[in-house]
Amino acid sequence: MDIRIENLSKRYGPQKAVDQLSFQVKTGEILGFLGPNGAGKSTTMKMITGYIGIGEGEIRIGDKSIRDHGDELKKHIGYLPENNPLYLDMPVIDYLRFCADLQGVAPDKVEERIRLMVRMCGLNEEKHKKIGELSKGYRQRVGLAQAMIHDPEILILDEPTTGLDPNQIVEIRKLIREIGKEKTVILSTHILPEVEATCDRILIINKGKIVANGTAETLRRQATGQEIVKLRIEDGPADQILHELRRISTVDLVEVLDRGLNRFELQSRSGASSKREVFKLCVQKGWVLTELIPIETRLEDIFRNLTTN
Amino acid sequence: MHTIWVITKRELQSFFDSLIAYIMLILFLGFSGFFTWLYGSDIFLTGQASLESFFGIAFWTLFFFIPALTMRLLAEEKKTGTIEMLLTKAVTDRDVVIGKFLSTFLLIAVALAFTLPYPITIANIGNLDIGQVVCGYFGLLLLSGAYISIGLYASSVTNNQIVAFLVAIFISLFFQLIFEVLSGNFTGLIGQIFSTLSLSNHFESIARGVLDTRDIIYFLSIIFAGLFLSELSLTKRNAD
Repeated sequence: MDIRIENLSKRYGPQKAVDQLSFQVKTGEILGFLGPNGAGKSTTMKMITGYIGIGEGEIRIGDKSIRDHGDELKKHIGYLPENNPLYLDMPVIDYLRFCADLQGVAPDKVEERIRLMVRMCGLNEEKHKKIGELSKGYRQRVGLAQAMIHDPEILILDEPTTGLDPNQIVEIRKLIREIGKEKTVILSTHILPEVEATCDRILIINKGKIVANGTAETLRRQATGQEIVKLRIEDGPADQILHELRRISTVDLVEVLDRGLNRFELQSRSGASSKREVFKLCVQKGWVLTELIPIETRLEDIFRNLTTN
Repeated sequence: MHTIWVITKRELQSFFDSLIAYIMLILFLGFSGFFTWLYGSDIFLTGQASLESFFGIAFWTLFFFIPALTMRLLAEEKKTGTIEMLLTKAVTDRDVVIGKFLSTFLLIAVALAFTLPYPITIANIGNLDIGQVVCGYFGLLLLSGAYISIGLYASSVTNNQIVAFLVAIFISLFFQLIFEVLSGNFTGLIGQIFSTLSLSNHFESIARGVLDTRDIIYFLSIIFAGLFLSELSLTKRNAD
């Protein structure tokens, strides 16, 4: 099931939490939802899951609008809310059974689904304990298990890996990737490497508006626009190398980083790449190219750039 | 219907797991038993084979106990945030409200069922008016429904359980006492309105063994109004 969001807005008093948001998520796609605190991520997710009403605009799931078919669509959505609220006085198994019953899992399938969830989320040791007795990481797993218990076609996860240890994070990411092959997943997070590791597409919002939308690569390309490489060319005088590099037609700017070690930073004209030209030049002049390091803009920088002004 | 029952079952389970149910049962049976059989205008003092003293006691004990049961129903879920988890499942707001209402109602029904040995005992030692007893229990159930409904509403407007308890007691007190007092102080139409609003008048007439549709309608309208307002205040989170 696809999710289509059109001109979605939501006000809290005079403040616009979400402002004219439009995007789509397709089946088999994992969308990473990024943004600083208070950017409107959770509000958007709450509107998709039907917890709060839609202000203006439209959310369509499949071809049905949440406005008209909200209660019916809830069945197809699995949701892990922020802070993962759970009934602490319930044992894990009972809680999962409760969720399965509410979500309308067929009675003969309930036990099977619970077993599968307990296995997938690694809850076997803890399944008879009360949720209140579990550590934060295990509670998070219970939260994921309850979200997926009815095998939903859409999974909305609000910061799914908070409180997990590094091993668990890797496991959960793998799990989400696995699920994301057939389902529609939206996950929000503050951990940027996580987005790169799990998501097919990234959506960055700030003050309720979309500021970036695309794969990690497209974001990088948009952010820098120009290719930057670090070079080290040996067996030649620095000045001559600098001179020759500047003569390459695709080169925009060359800076000397270290004259003694013959290290340069080379920036190409936008849309062009000079790596091949540099190599050919070295061959032609008999120089040795010992280093060629493409400089990638880190996602953190892109994020900071887009959300701090 | 299925989802309502799932919610009711969980709430009942939670009442028993948290010992609230046991405490409530023991206190209710203790109070009503003590005043029915041992102290005050008890059965042996009045010397009549009637359960009127029990109904009079239950009338007040339920008034105090029910808000203590209902105060956590929605307030706690709102405080811990589990309400978000619950309402994003395949349930409607109405399912949640009705499910929670039913759970408390069933618990009260169980408590009342435990007092059935009283009429059975009295029927053995004297000539008990069975019709009146049936009416009395029916009246207690209606009264419980009304107060649960009010308590549920009080619980839906706050996320603090103590506030929910106090609000429920405050609203209930009007129906329990204040309207009746006011009806005595006013004459004419206003007095009549207060008298109609007074829950104790309606309860007494049922407990006397007179089953009047007006009384039943009165209780049912409080129940529905309470449930409706609870649902409304739960849905208010959607407000723009």
